[in-house]
Amino acid sequence: MHLDDMTERAEQYRAEKAHIAHELRVCMAASCQSSGAKEVHDALVEAARGHGDCEVKGVGCMGLCSAGPLVSVAPTAAASDDAVLYRDVGPGDSGDIVASVGAAPVDRLRCPTDQPFFARQQKIVLANAGVVDPDSFKGYVAVGGYFALLQALTEMTPAEVLQEVNTSGLRGRGGGGYPTGLKWSTVAKMPGGQKYVICNADEGDPGAFMDRAILESDPHRVIEGMAIAAYAVGANKGYVYVRAEYPLAVERIQKAIRKAKRAGFMGHHIADTEFSFDVELRLGAGAFVCGEETALMASIEGLRGQPRPRPPYPAQSGLWGHPTLINNVETFANIAPIIRNGGEWFAGIGTEGSKGTKVFALAGAIHNTGLIEVPMGTTLRDIIEVIGGGIPGGKSFKAVQTGGPSGGCLPASQLDKPVDYDSLRELGTIMGSGGMIVMDESSSMVDVARYFMEFCMSESCGKCVPCRTGTQQMHDLLDKIAKAQATDAELALLEQLCEVVQATSLCGLGQTAPNPVLSTLRYFREEYETRLTAGPARATWR
Amino acid sequence: MQQSKPTPPNDDKRWKIINATMRRSGYAEHALIEALHSVQDAFGYLDETSLRFVAESLDLPASKVFGVATFYHLFTLKPKGRHTCVVCTGTACYIKGAGALIEGIEQRFAVNPGETTPDDRLSVLTARCVGACGLAPAVVLDRDVIGKQDADALVEQLARLE
Repeated sequence: MHLDDMTERAEQYRAEKAHIAHELRVCMAASCQSSGAKEVHDALVEAARGHGDCEVKGVGCMGLCSAGPLVSVAPTAAASDDAVLYRDVGPGDSGDIVASVGAAPVDRLRCPTDQPFFARQQKIVLANAGVVDPDSFKGYVAVGGYFALLQALTEMTPAEVLQEVNTSGLRGRGGGGYPTGLKWSTVAKMPGGQKYVICNADEGDPGAFMDRAILESDPHRVIEGMAIAAYAVGANKGYVYVRAEYPLAVERIQKAIRKAKRAGFMGHHIADTEFSFDVELRLGAGAFVCGEETALMASIEGLRGQPRPRPPYPAQSGLWGHPTLINNVETFANIAPIIRNGGEWFAGIGTEGSKGTKVFALAGAIHNTGLIEVPMGTTLRDIIEVIGGGIPGGKSFKAVQTGGPSGGCLPASQLDKPVDYDSLRELGTIMGSGGMIVMDESSSMVDVARYFMEFCMSESCGKCVPCRTGTQQMHDLLDKIAKAQATDAELALLEQLCEVVQATSLCGLGQTAPNPVLSTLRYFREEYETRLTAGPARATWR
Repeated sequence: MQQSKPTPPNDDKRWKIINATMRRSGYAEHALIEALHSVQDAFGYLDETSLRFVAESLDLPASKVFGVATFYHLFTLKPKGRHTCVVCTGTACYIKGAGALIEGIEQRFAVNPGETTPDDRLSVLTARCVGACGLAPAVVLDRDVIGKQDADALVEQLARLE
């Protein structure tokens, strides 16, 4: 297949929909579905019967999950900026919405799209989310889907693909922030033979739902990115390892793989080229540690998800001992735009050390709960106060937690810091996969630290001693402090343990488990100290 | 040479689905987790009979199958009640009061997370995060995510279940 054929195909798919003047897009991602989006969708289909120029379309996440079910009415001819967005829609509103198409919008349901929550975002990864039907192959191709894959296969050598990814400066979006181009190059340099590409969709951080939303909204984008990666590194087999807790994401990615195969964009001789790449789905079974790459590979091999020491890195010896490339969902979702627009374009967005955009899941004590995508380097204050709309209920901001159980809590004094890999690390937390949980004055930082330690304790796989017993001991100490039963000496012991567990654990889970404790101690030490029982050793702390 | 595969423990039709899952991967060892998912989907939980059958089919030691089945939180070796209520304990739900939901359930039905009421009506579980953070605190009641819960309303809803 030639690139021109692809352009023609996209045009043809668009032409098939030319009679449709307006799309009624209903968010059918998990969050809106649990608020009743399915009923809204069906009611709209019923109401739009007889309106031949209207199409009711199930789409992915539009971002403002707390206002769901969301419906947008978009003229197909114009850019989606002209869309009218409705919030908290019920099935009973369908008649009014259909009647308003092409006329004045329904004011009582309207959700202004010029508010900062929408206006301040820059969408690359989520460009198709809320616009395309995730279950439609044609819909994805109509907006330029699989163009990048074909471009890579027909006009670029694997080395040129690597070059673009290197130039883009993209770093792994799973949390580590390892340069993607470098990882790809390592796998590509390994001698030929069997190689694998794995998409890590085991989004385990509590409070993070970016990857779920991407898989539910634009699954083809992810597998397109995987195929491009496979071409670049010389792999012919891929796995998507996804959490079983995300049934809708599982269903959609499965459907996408099947449809791409049927259309000749997955499997043997993709788009009539010499390149073959097959993707399979593997379900997780509820183990947080499987987000760690070596544990994830063990799980794909049908074993207990326990990590092993690195090196050798998966790039050298991964799945069944073969060179393996593992990237997370959001990383793969960035690939097609990079190939289409060039690495230079991507490198022009973001900061010196962190290029592009990042998707964050805003949750907790914040007005606008949901999914946002902003350029790297946006300040925490912009994200929380401007885009997130601040703290509800007249309460004041206390802390923001990033990076889940591996991250930390930042206080109000750090809100003007830019969000990028290096700044966050300096502040004692990490970017993580993108969960951002805002806490108001009613949250106790000791409780939060204990919460995360309880998490790490029960998710520890038990293989290495520092993590297995260290998290348990740290949890017990935190529990004592929270109950105001601990002494100064026990706080000192806790700090000592943090260092030991950090330095000696086998994998990321244990190495980062102390982070929530260390960061809350760094910024909210007085909350710990006021809970200590008075003892003679107290004076030594000052 | 492919050895002949063991016959299912009984003539329940659901074994066919499980066999199909294992056959799809050529009865390879790495199909273990898939096979266990398949058993749990079909029967609701993993009992010794099914674990032994999977072990024999995939030619794996029973100890290894048991090890994997107990390692992953999602697999359960106890039968569940007629209804399951999974309380999300992710960070967002925790901040917004998941603890109160669990307490409310404990007080009213005298079950702790992981337990089932004596009349087999309700199993209460917790999940690490169901990813419905915009609807915190959320629970999953018989596969439906219901969000923005408070303890009283939730307990009432659970009490009405058959």
